[in-house]
Amino acid sequence: MRSMIISLRTLLASLRMLLLFTVILGIAYPLAITAVAQIPGLKSRADGSLLTSQGKVVGSKLLGQNFLDDKGAPLPQYFQSRPSAAGDGYDPTATSASNLGPESIVDTLPDPSVKDDTGTQSLLTQVCSRSLAVGELDGVSGARPFCTPDGVGAVLGVFWSGPGYHGTVTRVVSLDQSGTATPFLATYRGVKVELAKFGENYAKAQVVPIRGTAPAHPAVPADAVTASGSGLDPEISPAYASIQLARVASARGISVAQVQAVVAKFSKGRDLGFLGEPRVNVLQLNAALDAQYPTK
Amino acid sequence: MSSSWAVIVFIATLIAALALVHKPLGDYMAHTLESTRHARVERVLYRTGGVDPDAEQSWGRYLRAVLAFSGVSLVFLYIFMRVQHHFWPPYDVPGMSADQAWNTATSFVTNTNWQSYSGENALGYVVQMAGLAVQNFLSAAVGIAVAIALVRGFARSNTNRLGNFWVDLTRISLRVLLPISILFAIVFVGAGMVQNLHHYADLQTLTGGTQTLTGGPVASQEVIKELGTNGGGFYNVNSAHPFENPTTWTNWLQIFLLLAISFSLPRTFGKIVGDKRQGYAIVSVMALLFVLSLGLNVAAQTVHHGTVPTAVGSSAEGTDTRFGVPDSAVFATGTTLTSTGAVDSFHDSYTSLGGATLLLNMMLGEIAPGGTGSGLYGMLVLAVLSVFIAGLMVGRTPEYLGKKLAAREMKFASLYILTTPLVALVGTAAAMALPGERASMLNSGAHGLSEVLYAFTSAANNNGSAFAGISVNTVWYNTALGLAMLIGRFLPMVFVLGLAGSLARQKPVPASEGTLPTHRLLFVGLLTSVTLIVVALTYFPALALGPLAEGLH
Repeated sequence: MRSMIISLRTLLASLRMLLLFTVILGIAYPLAITAVAQIPGLKSRADGSLLTSQGKVVGSKLLGQNFLDDKGAPLPQYFQSRPSAAGDGYDPTATSASNLGPESIVDTLPDPSVKDDTGTQSLLTQVCSRSLAVGELDGVSGARPFCTPDGVGAVLGVFWSGPGYHGTVTRVVSLDQSGTATPFLATYRGVKVELAKFGENYAKAQVVPIRGTAPAHPAVPADAVTASGSGLDPEISPAYASIQLARVASARGISVAQVQAVVAKFSKGRDLGFLGEPRVNVLQLNAALDAQYPTK
Repeated sequence: MSSSWAVIVFIATLIAALALVHKPLGDYMAHTLESTRHARVERVLYRTGGVDPDAEQSWGRYLRAVLAFSGVSLVFLYIFMRVQHHFWPPYDVPGMSADQAWNTATSFVTNTNWQSYSGENALGYVVQMAGLAVQNFLSAAVGIAVAIALVRGFARSNTNRLGNFWVDLTRISLRVLLPISILFAIVFVGAGMVQNLHHYADLQTLTGGTQTLTGGPVASQEVIKELGTNGGGFYNVNSAHPFENPTTWTNWLQIFLLLAISFSLPRTFGKIVGDKRQGYAIVSVMALLFVLSLGLNVAAQTVHHGTVPTAVGSSAEGTDTRFGVPDSAVFATGTTLTSTGAVDSFHDSYTSLGGATLLLNMMLGEIAPGGTGSGLYGMLVLAVLSVFIAGLMVGRTPEYLGKKLAAREMKFASLYILTTPLVALVGTAAAMALPGERASMLNSGAHGLSEVLYAFTSAANNNGSAFAGISVNTVWYNTALGLAMLIGRFLPMVFVLGLAGSLARQKPVPASEGTLPTHRLLFVGLLTSVTLIVVALTYFPALALGPLAEGLH
């Protein structure tokens, strides 16, 4: 039995070994790497790849930023970044993804008795409303599959006479539409579609998303309507950059070709032809536009 | 190049690089661990530490050293995090709460690196560097040490000696992990990973707003996070953070590093048992399962079935532009098939079937190729089971590598196989039975169950990745998941070392005509099927209620 007990000697040896390893691996090693990182060429990267524009540090080349006005509306003279789930957007002290799943499609409606309650939007409604907003801003169609024309999820709650989801349809509710909206479908299987109301229980209804007629490849690109993993994504797809060209050009009073030339400078294809995706660095692009074509 | 060709080349170059490195790295590890010579620095270390490097240990002594060292590490790390605010603070962080410190300490000591905290605001640089990163090295080394002890059990006969834990631990840390880390840490800094000790500083953005610039000794921690299949990110969003994974090729390199050691260890095994073909058979099974799972996941993610992915037109939610969907799927597969758990994209937002393959990867027990060391011993236990089943079919006492697999050996193997599913499923059931714990789910319905199942599977298998929507920083989850990690790590180690001990004691039996050759294609097929059947039977009901129900709805 004695042999089954860990002896004090073994424990003391463990502690001493741990402390020795802490000195080698936890102090000497990281400090040595930090020292090597002071070499010119490495230092600027080890310090965060800061971007200087017109004599001022304006951020890090690797971290995305918001280009919004005080009220949170997009500034038209700047290329817009992707949606971000990091804090209030692009906050490096609260990095996060949305973590919403592929079937997050039913909203929690706002409580009308609570002031400024916004409820909780499903991922689908977030995608639809962003698509609509980007479409309006950049003058393209914001329509997407499974989205209503007013930019929420096109999702019906269908009540059946039973048993289960069988028999006849007795009631149909558009789950993500409420208030003064117009139901995206007038009738479903001959039954009039109602708007959702706060406080009603739709747990018994079958949830049916409606595809609609929007094209499978919408005009507003995927990265414009989805939050990145880091919440700090510094880049957008070339497709998203290209729908923003005309708006940025007119806001700065220059030609589309002039903007295009700057975009090209900060665009990259796949590295070595196969790594990652083609992309455009938004901060570098906007900083270069400010330097070259200042607005007032 | 079209996007499908790009991902094919991405995968092909990874496989080629692993094939290239597998032989020299595997041979180097075998040579390092079997050599009788101590380096001078190591002698000083042993003397100061008060251990005798030349005393061979029986399985009981080896196990006690493993448990004592890990136990002391656990207590040390726990205290370190509780009092971190007294150390030189680069920015103001409070000490960690008791339940979260327990969770984090078990998480890093068990090589899980589950994180219920958010790196950028819960931990100071000192504890990240001298607490967590140290365990990144040591927990990986402990795993390899136990695997090597099992390999010695096969290789040695008529003895109770399995080697010396302190020597194995020291050599793996200082001769294998450290040199590779130094090399790639510098490469990573060159790519733009940060490595500094600066205070957080506020910057003025282009539009006149403010953004806080975070810092930290990230590059030095990042390498060992991947190489040691740890996976605990310096920041909350792990390898999706541009400071932790700045560009497309660092992404490739991280996937390579997290697979390198585990895919090389079968070579080490073949070399030590004196028959390299045995190592090739094991690595073939690992590679086969890896490629199958990778194909499934990349296909599910690029076809993007499901309501929101169809609305979006791709599964871009939770992925960064520079990596894109297909490369992110490769990372996700690598991280869940090893015990890494680092992420460069967010699994909670994956398509239902994509998410299901990731869960399945962990449920396989992380053996293709698995965590550093734990992957090899997990696969060897399954090999023992396969040989046993084959023996039952023809009605003779089974033997593997000249060792008889009798009642005692099979008891250890069976207990090993039962431990993790038991912990994962009982934990999930307990969480679902308690109303408060159900409320932690971010998503509702089947996807919510997947979040809880994923959490316990990840903890019990020491993976550490998450369907991160779930709020796990509660006393209940911190405690329960901490226990799951601890049991899921050390109980299997007890059985592995017990098995090693009883194998080493045997006389070798010469191979006869009736012996099942364990280096042929037949055995590769048998082992692959046994693995898949064991997993499918264990987890199918839970998978059917979670991701499968969601995907089919």
